[in-house]
Amino acid sequence: MAEEIIIPEADNQEISINMGPQHPSTHGVLRLVLSLKGEMVQKVEPHCGYIHRGIEKMTESMTYQQIIHLTDRLDYLSAHMNNAAVCLAVEKALDIEVPERVKVIRTIMDELARIASHQLWWCSFGMDLGGLTCFFYGLRDREKILDIFEETTGSRLIQSFYCPGGLMADLNPNFQKKVKDFIVYFRKILPEYDELLSGNIIMMERAKGIGKMSKEDAISYGMTGPSGRGSGFSCDVRKHHPYHAYDKVKFNEVLRTEGDTYSRYMVRIDEMRESMNIIEQLIDNIPAGDFAVKMKPIIKLPEGEYYQRVEAARGEFGVYIISKGEKNPYRMKFRSPNFCNLSALDTLTRGHKIADLVAIGGSLDYVIPDIDR
Amino acid sequence: MGVKIKSMKYEDFEDNETLELFKQSGGNILFTTIDNIVNWGRSNSVWPLTFATSCCGIEMMATGAARHDFARFGIEVYRASPRQADVIVVAGTIVPKMAPVLKRLYDQMPDPKYVIAMGACAISGGPFVNSYSIVKGVDKIIPVDVYVPGCPPRPEALLYGVMQLQRKIKTESMFNKKDK
Repeated sequence: MAEEIIIPEADNQEISINMGPQHPSTHGVLRLVLSLKGEMVQKVEPHCGYIHRGIEKMTESMTYQQIIHLTDRLDYLSAHMNNAAVCLAVEKALDIEVPERVKVIRTIMDELARIASHQLWWCSFGMDLGGLTCFFYGLRDREKILDIFEETTGSRLIQSFYCPGGLMADLNPNFQKKVKDFIVYFRKILPEYDELLSGNIIMMERAKGIGKMSKEDAISYGMTGPSGRGSGFSCDVRKHHPYHAYDKVKFNEVLRTEGDTYSRYMVRIDEMRESMNIIEQLIDNIPAGDFAVKMKPIIKLPEGEYYQRVEAARGEFGVYIISKGEKNPYRMKFRSPNFCNLSALDTLTRGHKIADLVAIGGSLDYVIPDIDR
Repeated sequence: MGVKIKSMKYEDFEDNETLELFKQSGGNILFTTIDNIVNWGRSNSVWPLTFATSCCGIEMMATGAARHDFARFGIEVYRASPRQADVIVVAGTIVPKMAPVLKRLYDQMPDPKYVIAMGACAISGGPFVNSYSIVKGVDKIIPVDVYVPGCPPRPEALLYGVMQLQRKIKTESMFNKKDK
């Protein structure tokens, strides 16, 4: 006679616990209210607003040049791309064609920022899984990109380098040499990343088959960027709606169909390679010319609605401007990739363990100020 | 003569007398006071709390990483629990919804505890000072020991701030505690 397994009542009970706002693996001040049965996650309820700074409202009393500096602070790891979204929207509204030089430099800067962002993601993802080595390796290489940024833009993290009509300053004479040196260096280093984490059996056990998301679900949640592309959702804005100089370069959109944590991981690793390909194609052919179009000191957009999207490091970043013909926007809305990616967290983690929630959260790579704005 | 460091005068060192005595004794006997030895220990093992709200947190991570290496100054391990931390580096904006949480975190830390306000947002509200949803400086909620300006401050600036905190800790007395 088979023995009857008696489950104590306490084990069967659903308890709810708080994760955050102060928790090292929520990458900031995100608060997740978890419903748990034992160690299994039944439901995840994200609570936002712990870093809501009212940026959208603040933009309504600022000129377009001033707004640039606030967009940096949304998703600070893809500051260049966020700047680009506002600049492109303003340029589109005023019907300004920026010089080729500006387009090429913006493309290179965007891709450098993408590599830097993915390196930092790699650090924190490794740390989430318990590997502290990744943290030191990743940030060591990231410093090299920050040096390049610092020389040209004057700042390490938050650059505010783009302005409507072009760039704030011209390139540093060392720029090309330093970028080339970095590419040579990083091509050698990237296999080390693979050896350390991608092929690591502990990491594979914890990432493969965890947090599956089908393509249909990814589309309906609006998951973009590497998180969406890990589920096979072809959503690269650079490919589908080219801006800057992306229509002139050859690159592949990295797609994976498994839809689990490991595929989201591999998409980001492969994207770093693609970014290096893009930079290599452009770095020798930066056209000569002006680095900015002369603009009026006060920009007034004609009445109407404008939308511009760019591919930030975490997905599609959109800027929606309603203008009434004033120097300030009437309303400005940011479509932040992290907010949509976060909405999928409940579906991704249901039925997994708490430790898997940390791994899945790491693979989504959310930046909290971008979620709360 | 005691220790020599470029760009720092002999008079700037506070422990010259001790070092002279140490030399005279042949290096075997060390004269000190309890305050000195306790402060020496405390100031060189300040453990920060893993607390970052926004951009400054990334620079704090960079300070802890390979190039800048916090650990040289004893700011060794980031602690995830406030119960084990000595210093809270407020890295980033604090908004009204977060303010009670920060206060609670500070209250949960064991004495002696210190606060470094890192970045313009933590000092005064910074670029968001006109916003409706902002705490204009963390010193409105918790007492701040060191302010590190910048938006975000460079890792060198944070290191300097940390060294200033160490200097401050070295002036403390175990028995005559001053109110903060």
